Amino acid sequence: MSMPERSEERPPERPHPAVQRDASRFAPRLRQRARFGTLFHGATFAATVVGVVVLVVLLYDVITDGVRHLSWDFLKGFPSRLPARAGILPALVGSVWTLVLTAVIAFPLGVGTAIWLEEYAPASRWKKIVETNISNLAGVPSIVYGILGLAVFVRYMVMGRSILAAAMTLALLILPVIIIASQEAIRAVPGSIRLGAYALGATRWEAIRYHVFPLALPGILTGTILALSRAVGEAAPLIVVGALAFVPFVPTGPLDQFTVLPIQIFNWINEAKVEFHYLAAAAILVLLAVLLTMNAAAILLRNRYSRRF
Amino acid sequence: MGGSSSRTADPGAVPRRQGQERTPDPGGLSRRHRRERWIGALLILCSAVSILTTVGIVAVLLYESLGFFREISPITFLTGTEWSPQYTSRQYGVLPLVTGSVVIAFIAAAIALPIGLLAAIYLSEYAHERARRVLKPVLEILAGIPTVVYGYFALTFVTPILRSIWPGTEFFNGLSAAVVMGIMIVPMVSSLSEDAMSAVPRALREGAYALGATKYEVATRTVVPAALSGIIASFILAISRAIGETMIVTIAAGAQAKLTLNPLESMQTMTAYIAQTSMGEASQGSVEYRTIFAVGLLLFAITLLMNIISGFVLRRFREVYE
Repeated sequence: MSMPERSEERPPERPHPAVQRDASRFAPRLRQRARFGTLFHGATFAATVVGVVVLVVLLYDVITDGVRHLSWDFLKGFPSRLPARAGILPALVGSVWTLVLTAVIAFPLGVGTAIWLEEYAPASRWKKIVETNISNLAGVPSIVYGILGLAVFVRYMVMGRSILAAAMTLALLILPVIIIASQEAIRAVPGSIRLGAYALGATRWEAIRYHVFPLALPGILTGTILALSRAVGEAAPLIVVGALAFVPFVPTGPLDQFTVLPIQIFNWINEAKVEFHYLAAAAILVLLAVLLTMNAAAILLRNRYSRRF
Repeated sequence: MGGSSSRTADPGAVPRRQGQERTPDPGGLSRRHRRERWIGALLILCSAVSILTTVGIVAVLLYESLGFFREISPITFLTGTEWSPQYTSRQYGVLPLVTGSVVIAFIAAAIALPIGLLAAIYLSEYAHERARRVLKPVLEILAGIPTVVYGYFALTFVTPILRSIWPGTEFFNGLSAAVVMGIMIVPMVSSLSEDAMSAVPRALREGAYALGATKYEVATRTVVPAALSGIIASFILAISRAIGETMIVTIAAGAQAKLTLNPLESMQTMTAYIAQTSMGEASQGSVEYRTIFAVGLLLFAITLLMNIISGFVLRRFREVYE
């Protein structure tokens, strides 16, 4: 123990031979290292570009397969055994129904939870439990939510295989995303805003309702739209909840049976005939267009209304 | 009363800088405090929903699985090597499904972890600001594409390529699904790892440069080790995501539960089994119906465990810098 310490304090006795011996071995190999560095730089760049290339190839594949079926009749047609006649109206309407109901259920719950966590919950045990729970829920596979929906909403609450059951399942699925995004937006509102409101006599809820919430709203909406766009593309939980394979009617209410775009795509992929695959590609283009619109809206909202303090 | 109702007139569109225009309501204090209390209660109820979700998931999975395990012993379930609940020779050994999930997730990870890590190093250490601003959103788009679209891509684009390389490849095969799944989880690895690397302070890099390190050496021997907890956490999360992913494997990997390590054959994963069985006509209360919950319970336990480990790695091994 004491030996190395002493030797550290003592100046080295024979520095020169040692240094000379090492110096003969020391080779900076600068050119080699630089060359390796360039190679590595290239490798990292290539790895980043892989994603871009795959994205381009994927889009190209889907567009070349699907664009010929894309028409007005396709959008307002019903599924059919004949590929030439088939359309996606029921799936489109089902997706819109599901989307709206999911938003109506998930938004208040998510924002309420976020407000409570950020503004009300003291550094309490309950807050810690809720936050740990949310981060764990965010990692639960979506199909497990489908199992929950099947057992609780479809069977136990007797909603049947309805739009409402699907929307409630999806709402629970995206709730963690909305909560986390809303928490961040609320946290970004500086404390001075709250203190200003309190100084003018506002109660806690009034400070939140009239000051914190409006300022956090763009961030909250951006997060919510992104979460909803995930719900629109989700198929696995709805398969379990029981979206129908063949829906020759347009759903008219939340308790109707239904299908959604991703399920319709899935069904067409499962068909053996290759014509149905082209229909699936066309439906994918519609789905991607919907997602693109939602994402553009989210980005617009973020750039237009978000403020830094 | 009057003051408060005039204030509720404009809910969303509160002009930000003109908050002063609203005069505070000095009266109605007790009423406002009462409102304060029930709003607090309402918000707690909102937050309870997320707890109830977890409780609901665990309760549903356990309850229905108990019904299953009353007929099939958990040991048979966990160690059996044959899975055929639909056929007349009913066998309930879950190992083929677990193997399917693990093989596919393993291949996906073998693709996604190196690519994702290298991409993260590029974005964090090498890329110019302008390149970053283009490439990062593109990777995020990759993460936002619905999995059913990836499934389509695997089946109609990747599978034909694989079949031309290895002619013996089955039409539904694990490799195609695994490759596409690997691409799908790249953004998860790259963005989480990049966050961790960006959090490494500049001084550490400069110290390494001062000692004569090249950029490559700074990246791999200083930044990556310093960000290791975040990187490993991202790896574990990505693998857990791969195990829980459903649509790609349901579409491209097939519906045959056989115990094989050969990814060129068709293989069924736990998630694909759940999806494919719920499409069929398993009547409620039958053993086949309950397999959904038993397999779901196993899937839930595996992914939960991985998420917990990832969180633990993140907290336990995090290097904290000022």
